Amino acid sequence: MTRVHDRGGWPGAGPINKAEHDLSWWEKRTDAIATLLMSPEKRVMRVDELRRAIEDMEPARYEQCKYYEKWLHAIETIVVEKGVLTREEIDRKVRELEAHG
Amino acid sequence: MSARFKAGDRVRVRVGAPPGHFRTPTYIQGKVGAVERLHGDYRNPESLAYGGDGLPKRPLYLVRFPQSHLWRTYAGAAQDQLLMDIFEHWLEPA
Repeated sequence: MTRVHDRGGWPGAGPINKAEHDLSWWEKRTDAIATLLMSPEKRVMRVDELRRAIEDMEPARYEQCKYYEKWLHAIETIVVEKGVLTREEIDRKVRELEAHG
Repeated sequence: MSARFKAGDRVRVRVGAPPGHFRTPTYIQGKVGAVERLHGDYRNPESLAYGGDGLPKRPLYLVRFPQSHLWRTYAGAAQDQLLMDIFEHWLEPA
C-alpha cells in the first residue's frame, strides 16, 4: 500500500473534480505566508519541507483536510521545527482569536 | 555530477519506498521510458525535505512514457505520452 499522498492510479478513486472555485481569505493568506517563508530573503522553509510535512500527516486527517489546510498544517510543523514559533505560542494565539469571535 | 544517460536512452524506474520524502510516485516505478532530455544537476529533494543541503547535486531528467503503458484501461489517444522529471538515482538502463 502506498502512502496517502502517493495516490496516482488508486482504484476506486473516481474522477478528479476539476471545477474552479474562489479562494477564501484564509486560503490566500496561507499561500502568502508559505510564499514568504520560502522566499530567498527568509528561507525559513523549502517547498520540499512543505511537501514532507504534508506527506507525514496522519492519513485520516489528510483525507479530511482541504488543500490549504494541509499547507497550514505543514507551515505550523516547519516553523515549530525551526524554532520560529513554539506550539504553545501558536495554540495561545488561536485561543485569543477564538475568544474574540 | 556527470550524467549517466542521454536523450533517447531507454530507462527503467527503480522500485522502492525509502523511508521519508521522495519524488518518484509509485505508479511510475518499474515502468520503462525514454530520456527526453537532461535538465541539469539539482539538489536532492530527499535531503532538502529534512533541512539538509541537498548536496551533491544530482542529474535530473525529463523522461517520456507512453500513457498506454502506465494505465491498463487508458482510453486516450494511442500516441499520448506522460513526461515526468526523475532524478538519476531512480533510473537504471533498460
